[in-house]
Amino acid sequence: MLPQTDYVKASSVAHALDMLHQYGTGAAILAGGTDLIVDMRERRREPTMLVDISSVEELAEIDVGTGNIRIGAGVTVAGLAGSAIVQHQLPLVTEVTRHFADYLTRNRATIGGNLANASPGADLVPPLLALNASVVLATAQGERTVDLNDFLVGPRRTLLLWNELVRAIHIPTPVPRGQAYEKLGLRTGGAIAVVSCAVSMDQAGGECRRVRIGLGAVAPRAFRSSEAEQIMEGHMFSSDIAARAAEAAANSSQPISDVRGSAEYRHAMVRALVERALHAAYERSSEPQE
Amino acid sequence: MANETPVSIKVNGKEEQRDVEPRLLLAHFLREDLGLTGTHIGCDTTQCGACTVLIDGKSVKACTVFAVQADGSEVTTIEGVGAEGELHPVQEGFWEEHGLQCGYCTPGMIMSGIHLLNENKNPSEQEIREGISGNFCRCTGYQHIVNAIQYAAKKG
Repeated sequence: MLPQTDYVKASSVAHALDMLHQYGTGAAILAGGTDLIVDMRERRREPTMLVDISSVEELAEIDVGTGNIRIGAGVTVAGLAGSAIVQHQLPLVTEVTRHFADYLTRNRATIGGNLANASPGADLVPPLLALNASVVLATAQGERTVDLNDFLVGPRRTLLLWNELVRAIHIPTPVPRGQAYEKLGLRTGGAIAVVSCAVSMDQAGGECRRVRIGLGAVAPRAFRSSEAEQIMEGHMFSSDIAARAAEAAANSSQPISDVRGSAEYRHAMVRALVERALHAAYERSSEPQE
Repeated sequence: MANETPVSIKVNGKEEQRDVEPRLLLAHFLREDLGLTGTHIGCDTTQCGACTVLIDGKSVKACTVFAVQADGSEVTTIEGVGAEGELHPVQEGFWEEHGLQCGYCTPGMIMSGIHLLNENKNPSEQEIREGISGNFCRCTGYQHIVNAIQYAAKKG
């Protein structure tokens, strides 16, 4: 049996925030439940109140705004995969949905949950880092927007306060056209990442612009390798420079050895995957669209 | 129980109303409260997919959804698929193509197969393999399961 808890189905964001405020640190936000229920079963988390946001419609929308694409925190991974906006403008996100757990989990797991759970290997995070995403956090008093790169603090640790809810993810537009994703798992289906990496970039006459490299599962938190980005930024693309940036990305990671692979293996795989993704992103890139 | 919550869930077309503890998982609700034991519990760790059911047409692991979350939804279990002497095409596929050995994963496999074919009427072999990637079979090596779903797709 799972730990005993109370439950409320939130009817709106305001209702959910009110419940969080009322029940304090004993409350947990329940969306898809694919992380929370597993944690409760393992007794890693024992909330006394579940605030269920899975039927809050205002959290399940994807909109194109001025200067950004706004993805509601309650959009499921299957919802991302099926979204025409995502397919057209964020092929990197469409790509990662195909590598995210399995069909059954994709039908429940949400983008907000994947970020708030802050697993170092969370699949959606490296692509969202590469797309320079920010996270909209709401309290009953108002909203604040923080860079995803700052939102993630450590393994399962974020900037989220006890009375805050992840409301939406903003991706600034225009989005770089060169986007590439690489994930290494121990098998094809339902694998947890050993290493994952995402790259986005533009180019102007072969010169790399707005290069962003997100890495997952190779440090206490997913992160952007600014060292590798700086090697590429403003320089003409070449195999040599991609190899040097990949080496820098590997050196900027701090992998651990675990059941899925040794630190040395991960270091080598970061180098290989980043190099591959840089080539693919460059091939798909075009002149910046302002 | 102090904190029971009323739920109303349409299961296989029949409205079911119960008071349940919030911690009760949908898989246990189906098996123990409703006696629908066709939904199997395999791993109880959110991995194997033996407990796959449809909620409002979407395949999910019933061991990883609280029953209270299904309140107001329509749930389809293996008992709601086909009828005596009138198998669903996916069930018929498993029959004709020998898609099972021990049978433990079969209800979940069939529910995933149904969801897959609802979304994609004519899946490739690769798409079928991806579509059942959340369902583990430890007997067949999957080939006959893939054949079974292909059989159902051909039948339409």
